[in-house]
Amino acid sequence: MITEIGHLALILALVVAILQSSLPLYGAAQNRAALMQFARHAAIGQLGLVLLAFLATTYAFVVSDFSVMLVANNSHSAKPMLYKITGVWANHEGSLLLWILILAVFGAMVAGFGRNLPPTLRARVLAVQAMIAVGFIAFTLFSSNPFTRLWPPPIDGKGLNPLLQDPGLAFHPPFLYFGYVGFSITFSFAIAALIEGRVDPAWARWVRPWTLWAWCGLTFGIALGSWWAYYELGWGGFWFWDPVENASFMPWLAGTALLHSAIVVEKRDALKSWTILLAIVAFSLSLIGTFLVRSGVLTSVHAFATDPARGVFILVLLVIAIGGSFALYAVRAPTLKGGGLFQPISREGALVLNNLGLTVALATVFLGTMYPLFLDAMGSGKVSVGPPFFNSSFVPIMVPVLVAMAIGPQLAWKRGDLAGALGRLWAAFGAAAGIAMGGMLLTGGGDILAVLGLAVVGFVLMGVAIEWAERVRLFQAPLAESWRRARAIPRAAYGMSIAHSGIALVMLAIIATTVWRTEVIQVMRAGEQVNVAGYEFAFEGVRDLNGPNYQAQRGTFQVARNGRFVATLEAEKRFFPVENQATTEAAIHTTWFADLYAVVGDPDGSGGWTVRLYHNPMVPWIWIGAVVMVMGGLVSLTDRRHRVGAPATRRRRAIDHGMPQAAGD
Amino acid sequence: MRVVVLAALILLQVAPFMPAGAVNPDEMLADPVQEARARELSKDLRCLVCQNQSIDDSNASLARDLRVVVRERIKAGDSDSQVMRYVRDRYGDFVLLKPPVQPSTYALWFGPLLFAILGMIGVTLFMRRRPASLAPPALSEAERRRVELLLAEVKDGDGRLTP
Repeated sequence: MITEIGHLALILALVVAILQSSLPLYGAAQNRAALMQFARHAAIGQLGLVLLAFLATTYAFVVSDFSVMLVANNSHSAKPMLYKITGVWANHEGSLLLWILILAVFGAMVAGFGRNLPPTLRARVLAVQAMIAVGFIAFTLFSSNPFTRLWPPPIDGKGLNPLLQDPGLAFHPPFLYFGYVGFSITFSFAIAALIEGRVDPAWARWVRPWTLWAWCGLTFGIALGSWWAYYELGWGGFWFWDPVENASFMPWLAGTALLHSAIVVEKRDALKSWTILLAIVAFSLSLIGTFLVRSGVLTSVHAFATDPARGVFILVLLVIAIGGSFALYAVRAPTLKGGGLFQPISREGALVLNNLGLTVALATVFLGTMYPLFLDAMGSGKVSVGPPFFNSSFVPIMVPVLVAMAIGPQLAWKRGDLAGALGRLWAAFGAAAGIAMGGMLLTGGGDILAVLGLAVVGFVLMGVAIEWAERVRLFQAPLAESWRRARAIPRAAYGMSIAHSGIALVMLAIIATTVWRTEVIQVMRAGEQVNVAGYEFAFEGVRDLNGPNYQAQRGTFQVARNGRFVATLEAEKRFFPVENQATTEAAIHTTWFADLYAVVGDPDGSGGWTVRLYHNPMVPWIWIGAVVMVMGGLVSLTDRRHRVGAPATRRRRAIDHGMPQAAGD
Repeated sequence: MRVVVLAALILLQVAPFMPAGAVNPDEMLADPVQEARARELSKDLRCLVCQNQSIDDSNASLARDLRVVVRERIKAGDSDSQVMRYVRDRYGDFVLLKPPVQPSTYALWFGPLLFAILGMIGVTLFMRRRPASLAPPALSEAERRRVELLLAEVKDGDGRLTP
């Protein structure tokens, strides 16, 4: 019964979305306030209906209602409650439902918090948002219905892939979708602006918080997935340049570029049509990321044939959404006239360079990801494009972007002084040179590229610090004056510094762990010891245990360094009888500067076990750095200029009291 | 991030692969230098039954077979490029994670460079064109004369402009 209510709610949500996608557009064109106002009520109503549908599905999972096909195929009564709930989105139909729910949440937020938006713009944004909802809800209802019943119901469910029964993975999709769907808002704003034919700094200011939210979600989602791969796959890899990873990385690159170009629109009223284009590209790539992954077309062109109805639906949706928005862009973008002028050497110029680098990197990742597909479709043979290609093309493109990251913020708007900026960065150059020379001496000139990479990291970190010190006039003015200035710097500027440091940390960790990791793979017997990068691993053997829905074999290692106890590592191999699958649970002890990582493999039949032991230097900082980046985004979001909720009233009060606005950057 | 791959695999009901590292002690070569070479080569060879995994991190049995082949060739005294050619002759270009540079992959290998060049040309054109199109229109003869008049007044007077 509850399932049917959910089904009905989703059908009603489709009806509401169809109305919301058409009436407000007409209303905005005819300047009919009631029709425009309808968009707000519809968006909030849609959220209610979609939430009902989502809760109905969740309920079916929680009570293990195996008469619902989705539950029978993806759940099991013996599964822990957490994974029953996260199991809702650990499958195709349920994950679409989650997508639609997040879409509805964002739509309702625009309706609820967008009070300071001009009514026509808000009506159009919500209408475009509803068009996306129509596509997704129709796809769900007509080709991936989560409410389909099964009769007779099976006695128990088929279970959930044990690899998905993990906290890191359970919360990976929601964050990723948060990012993908967040870009739907910037997309809707872009399309609405094209319809209105007006893009101005105010528009950029309205869009910025949504871009930031989406970017934070996507960054966190990607990091969570990478972390999961690291601890779950059993050999410490964290990024594979896999087509499916790339599918989430491309929207991130586009979104990062968008974040930066929107600043130029906001501050200088320039780069308008480029920013609109990036907003369209970011969401188009999100759609491709969501859909092509599901269609399996990235694995093989022929995968479309496995479910032609879905495949055709996906293609039609992509063509309408991407083709339609590009067509609108082609017609309307030439009418957008740029305002502010600037010299190539300027803050704007640095942001253009950032966009150039990110866009070329994006195009390269796209090329590498799609190339095997193109070639196969053209019948020109099958090739694989793997990590060697991406590492040798992506990395050189990004190095100038990273260097520019330290220099750009030193340049003034409109016309910058490059010599002055480089002069102020003398300490950063010094740090880079010091790291380069020290590194060469320590490694004996062995890992030149890694050492140079670390020098760039040092340059960026110092650059960030210098930029802040210059702003507060640290040591040039009395400390009280510096403190006053530090408090007056807008939050958005702090956000930038934090996020840029985060990038540098991620880079540092990736270089260190890739180049200087230690690996020992061998057969060990209980009582044996082995040395891994200065740590003594003593193996105590393997014993059997029972988990809630699995059987485990647990191998124990006592780790010591110079005779002093460091940690006990317990690595498991788990077998899930319902799903008839095994997983490895690596044992990880982090010293913050490195991870000790142990995995137990198969027995050799005569009392020995294959073990894999790793020392991964700096590796935790990949994810700490990613979290720092997200924090940067969140700090920037607290900037009063970007606050989503009720900024209008606050600003009015500020003016009433004659309070000065925070010093501009 | 392999997570999504797995999710996709599960959704597609493709045979799921097992995690856990791949190289087993019994496959390894006694000579550490040769073994290190084998590991490096393995990273550039694709496990043919997996989704975009190298044979170095897959524990599919076919990947194991290929690892053993690589090690046998190394033991037989082949150079790195000879080993790669041996494998490629038998399994085709598909087995190489780093595609060979040949006419069908020119677009792939030179694409990034082309993107960078096109991007730079685009930025240059944008920078050059903008000031021209956005500069205020040139002054007419009458306007220019008026400007000169105004400037002259400022110069010889006390700075006060009188119409």
